[in-house]
Formats: sequence, structure tokens, C-alpha cells
Amino acid sequence: MESKNIFLSGDEAVAHGVRLSRPHVIAAYPITPQTITVERLSEMVEAGELNAEYMHVESEHSAISATMGASAVGARTFTASSSQGLLYMTEGLHYASGGRYPIVMMNANRSVALPWSIYGDQRDSLSLLDSGWIQVYVEDAQEALDMTIQAFKIAEHADVLTPMMVNLDGFILTHTYEIVSVPAQEDVDAFLPPFETPNKMCFENPKNMAFSSQPDDNTEFKYQQNVGVLNSIEVLKQVNDEYAEKFGRDYFGMVEEYRCEDAEAVLVTLGSVTGTTRVVVDKMRAEGKKVGLLKIRYMRPFPEKEIMDLVSRVKNIGVIDKDISFGYEGTVYTNVNSAIAKTGLSIFTKNYVGGLGGRDITKAEIEEMFNELLTGKLKKEGEHVEFFNLKVSTDE
Amino acid sequence: MSNTEPLAIKRVTPKNITDKELFYGHKACAGCGGSLAVRLALKVLGERTFSAFPAGCMAAVGFIYPQMAFKNNSIITTFPGVASMAAGIAAGAKALGLEDYKTVAFAGDGGTADIGFQALSGMIDRNDDVMYICYDNEAYMNTGIQKSGLTPYGTKTTTTPAGTNLPGSVTHKKNLFEIIAAHDIAYAATASIGYPQDFINKVNKAKHIKGTTFIHVYASCPTGWGTPTHTAVEIAKEAVDCGLFYLAEYEDGEFKLNKNPKEFASADEYLKKQGRFRHLTDEDIKLVTDQRDKKWERMRKQWL
Amino acid sequence: MDNSIKPQKRDFVRPQHINDYPVGPQFEAGFLAETNAGWRTFRPVVDHDKCVYCLRCYIVCPDGTIFKDNDKINVDLDYCKGCGVCAHECPKDAISMVKEEL
Repeated sequence: MESKNIFLSGDEAVAHGVRLSRPHVIAAYPITPQTITVERLSEMVEAGELNAEYMHVESEHSAISATMGASAVGARTFTASSSQGLLYMTEGLHYASGGRYPIVMMNANRSVALPWSIYGDQRDSLSLLDSGWIQVYVEDAQEALDMTIQAFKIAEHADVLTPMMVNLDGFILTHTYEIVSVPAQEDVDAFLPPFETPNKMCFENPKNMAFSSQPDDNTEFKYQQNVGVLNSIEVLKQVNDEYAEKFGRDYFGMVEEYRCEDAEAVLVTLGSVTGTTRVVVDKMRAEGKKVGLLKIRYMRPFPEKEIMDLVSRVKNIGVIDKDISFGYEGTVYTNVNSAIAKTGLSIFTKNYVGGLGGRDITKAEIEEMFNELLTGKLKKEGEHVEFFNLKVSTDE
Repeated sequence: MSNTEPLAIKRVTPKNITDKELFYGHKACAGCGGSLAVRLALKVLGERTFSAFPAGCMAAVGFIYPQMAFKNNSIITTFPGVASMAAGIAAGAKALGLEDYKTVAFAGDGGTADIGFQALSGMIDRNDDVMYICYDNEAYMNTGIQKSGLTPYGTKTTTTPAGTNLPGSVTHKKNLFEIIAAHDIAYAATASIGYPQDFINKVNKAKHIKGTTFIHVYASCPTGWGTPTHTAVEIAKEAVDCGLFYLAEYEDGEFKLNKNPKEFASADEYLKKQGRFRHLTDEDIKLVTDQRDKKWERMRKQWL
Repeated sequence: MDNSIKPQKRDFVRPQHINDYPVGPQFEAGFLAETNAGWRTFRPVVDHDKCVYCLRCYIVCPDGTIFKDNDKINVDLDYCKGCGVCAHECPKDAISMVKEEL
């Protein structure tokens, strides 16, 4: 069977990815801008295209609890959320990773109240880096579909058994239509085997699950959980390569370097801003300026080795953060700096915080960032963290 | 909504109930009423049962690695999510094509009437195939006897101290059974470990109903109630006999009072033998019994 | 009695290597690594002459430590906590609670 090209939004692309992955149980609660995904999945179940139990749970807390219950008997499970809903799940996110339930979730990246905003930024999922989930961020609807399928294979791998969150920027990706290549079911079936796990309740081998540990054992369970996430580094690369071979689309694993080979200045991006930055890189390269971009795909596990490798070649690095850890800096920047520090090299870095609550990040702004990075000097002394494109003066 | 099929259900008795103990070697306090309710229910339900427990006493006493007290598949859930996690188990088992099994959620009064209520309401709405058993010991016992939504008026707990200004808890017990029934659930019942055969019968009836069923079982807590361990069953019987708890069912849209005493045993005696009520004045007790009488008047008028 | 009915304490070998731990917090259902006998200050003693095998004690034991043994009741003192419910509920006063000797 051939794949089909269909005009889909990011949300719809995820729904197709889920359908092709044949989950047993879907439990979700509606929240903008995730809703189209769960609406399409409901339609697919109604139409008989997807043979899954669709649970109309009364909250996100129940969505994550229900998927854990289903996973605990060995079912493949999917949920989807965003922003406030994701935060309402927080208890369950830690519970699912500690319980080693490989649930796959789509998160439509959206700002977090207050003030209320239904529009995009990445503060919701980035505030949950410590919840033990594998986090991947995609650049477009095609990658959203492809990573949904890959997520089941990565999360369910015996060496990983860790839940995985596929993040796509609210509205910019969730609601924007593009031509998406949708693989044939037989090809996905051949790629993604049925879910098998030793970590389940069954009648042949009854279990007591999700138990309490004493101080004598708790550290060991947490060590083991950390190893599971670290193991995903190798697994996600294998899965990426296998997917590339089978379906012809290669995402290069933890990060993608774009025109970094002789770059003097590199911008680090996460999610949909990557697409805009690519265009700027091409324009500036055409003008003879040596710029490149590093698209971070995974925030957990973190691409530490890839960043350390880049630092040995590039001296000026900027990080765009659609996020701010109040009182400090953007979370992506903190993570990137932590990797840089391990090289022992002295590098010029700057953090560009913006795109909050749905504000567009323009090509002109990105070009300005590159121009500053190329000088290797802060345009304002001491300001390593800049809220760019503030529309008012903040002068004292 | 009625999916109760008329079935010739074989009665479960002390003689024919399974010899197997499915909840054993746990670390509950001596004389724990909640653990008796769980033990009896699991013996009725049998080994092919998935049981789910939120954070609370049964979770704390049954799953301390490596001491695993449940012989059947069992899991600790999030505190607010016992109903949804049990519903997920049932959905997963169904999707995987498992057959001949039951899913049961056990939660205390706080886990049911307070923090777990939303998920429970959602589960009844969806009519998921789960039996839900609330063992009610009238306070958050696992955390050290704090007031819950099912703590009755005048109870001394660690967050409702009794003193010169307050008589302990100043709120009345939520009307949990009728709130559940108002969802138009297929089957709901109240029970008491003081009447174990009645409880066994109700669990057995619910076992044979597909869809959500609910049993609210009154279960004493010697530690939290300030009563001797050996009276754990007796005190739960006395609560029913003095009318402060009642045995009822809701089935096919009808309420039924299973026990309608002509005369109540002394509430005063029931209350005064418990440390949590010993401070109550005659005036407090009158308030409690007036409330009781009003409730019974209404139940008799509407349900008989 | 059929001893397979009575759960037994088993030897638990503490993990020596990280791979000895289960994957995730899950373990064999019903695995008992210790007994509860040490909790008890009084032990139930059954007078089988008085006992009519009505099984009231069997039903009301919170710990399930009373077993049916060829029409006699048999208390598992490894797990009985000595709460005394059985003795108090016995309609024939056939069970007495006797202080444990140290």
C-alpha cells in the first residue's frame, strides 16, 4: 500500500499517527488547542477506523489516571492535553514515569495562566522537564505524525518503558494545514510491533503494582527510572533510522544541525520557530554571513553530547526560549549552558526570551539576533537574557 | 438506566466462601474495620479481580515492598484517581479481550466523598464496569485522624479539636449514598462490617451486575475512634442499631431500606463509648439524634 | 488442613545488583517477607469443646488469620495481631485471649 498525501493540521496529523499506532485505550479531556486531535480520534472510533476504547473522562487528572490503569494491564494508551490541563495532570505525569507506564501523549504547547491565554508558548511542558517523561518537540505537522508513531516504539521499548510526550506549538502547528504524507497501515504495522511489557497485571502472574518503597530501596528505583530515560537516547536513534529507511523521512535523532559546518553564530531553537529560523539562515548565508541553527528535538533526555560537540566548533551561541523561569532565564538556555559548561570552553551565549502567549517571532527579529551573535558582544552590557520585542520601553 | 439482569445468584455463606485469603499479612492496625471490609469483598469477588486503592490506609498497609499483601492483581492509584484508574483497568482489560474478571476500587471516606469524588462521578456517568467500595471510617485515618466530608457532627479529630468553643466537627456527614444514587447508578447500597453477611450479599449482588456499582460500607477504626480493638465489629453494628447509620439499597431507580428498626438502640451509649465523641454534651447529642430522626422520617416516608 | 491455603512467609533475597530489582514498582502478588506475630500482646486460644464451628470468628477476623481445618477453626499465629474480635464475637465464649509471655 502507498502512503497518501492529505491536507492536515498538526492536530489532525497527530490523530492519524495515533490511528495508525492502534492504541487500545484513549482517554482525554478537551482543551484548546488540543481539541481537534480528540475530535478526530472520536470520529475515527465512531467510524470504525480505529478499534479503541475512547474514554470520555471528566478531567485531565482522570485522563492520565485512566491511561495508567489501562497501561497497567498491558494496553497501548494515548492521551492528549495542553497548558492548564497538562498542569492538572502533573501528579499523574510523575506517577506514570515512576510506574514505568509507556503512555504516549500529545501536548499542544500553550501559555500558562495567569494572565489567561489560549495561545502558544512552551512554558507548560518545559516546567515539567523533571516529571520523568521523554519530551520531543516537532517542527511541522509531518513531524508530528511521524513522531507520534515513533513515540510508541520508543516509549514501549523494553530498555526504556517510559512515557513520552510529543509537543507541538499551539495554533502555529496544531491549527495550521499542510500536505502530510500519511503512511499505509500495513507499513506502520510492520514498523510498530504490538505492546509487550513485563510491567503489567495479568492472571498468569498476578502483581501488586505501584507499591511503596522504603528509604532502603527508593533511590534504586529512581536510579533505574533514570537509566530508562537515558536508554532512550540509543533507542530513539535506532527508531529514527529505521523510520527513515522505511518511510523516507529522517529527523536525525536528538538534534538537527542546519548549516552549522563553518558557522560563527548559531541559534538554538525548539519547535516551530525552527522553520522561521531556517529561512533566515538561508537568507543570511546567501549574503555570506556564517550562521546556522541547532534544532533541539528532545529536551529529555537532553542532547548534551550533541551540544558539547557543537561548542567545539562554534564560539557564539544564542538560545530562543518561548519560556522564562522567573527570576533567572529561559529553561532551554539553562540546559544548553549546563552542557556547554561541561566542555570547559569559554563561549559567548545569549538568551532570547519571547514568543510568549502567542506573540509571533519574526524573521527580522531572528536576523537581529544573528547579527548580535556575530559580533560576539552583548548589545547591552550585562544583559545575557533579553525579552525581545517588548512593545513598550522598560527604561528606568 | 437498568442493566441489572435477573440472575439466580448463588448465596455466599461462611461455609461456602472461598478458603483463600486474598488480603493477608498486611500492616493495618489490630482490629481494623477497613481491612475486614476489603478482605470480605475480595473473598466474594475471587482471584480474578483487579483491585485499585488510592493513597490511604489500605495502600499504606498492603503494598510495602517486598511485603505484598494482595494475592490478586492490585494497584495503588493517585489519591483523586482511584475511580478513573480502575475504569482504565476495566477499559484496558476489555480492549485486550480478557474474560471472566472483575475490577473493584476501594477507597476510604475522604478518597470517595472528597478528593476522589469527581473521578467517581465521571465513572458512574460513563457506567464503566467497575465496582466501587467506599470503606467509611469517618475521617482521614492514614494521615492521623483529620476531618473528611463524611466525618459526622461532633467528632473530635486532629483538625476538629473539641474544646470550649467548638464541639469537634461542626458539619454533618455528606449524604453520600443518595448523591451516588442521584446519578441513576445501576446499583448502590450501604452496608456495615457489623452486619457482615449483609455486606457479603451486597458485594455478591454487585459482582453480577455489569456497569458501575457502589457500596458504602461503614467500617470502624479503633485507632481513630478511641475504641478497644476487640469491639471493632460490634461498634459498627451498634451504629446501625442506633440509627446513626442505615442499611439500604438503590436498584432499578428505587430505594429500599433493608433494616427498619421499630426502636433505635441508645445513640448516647454508642457515642459515649468512643473517645472521639466522649466530650459531647447532652445538647450536642440531642442535635445528633434530632438530625437522625429527621433523616429517618424522610427515608421512611420516601423509601418504604 | 490443606496448608497451601495458608499463606506462608517466604525468604526474601535483597537485590544485590540493580537488575535484581523489578522493572518499576511491581512485585509478585501475595509475597510475604515477614510475619506480624510480634504485634500481639494477647493470643486467641480456642476451646474446641465449646466451639460449634459457626464460623462467626472466621468471617469477622480483620486479618483473615482463622482457617477452616477439618471442621475445626485454626488460628495462624504467624499473622494474628491479637485484636480480640474473634473472642468478643464468639457466641459460645469458646475463644479466650491469653497474655503472651515474653
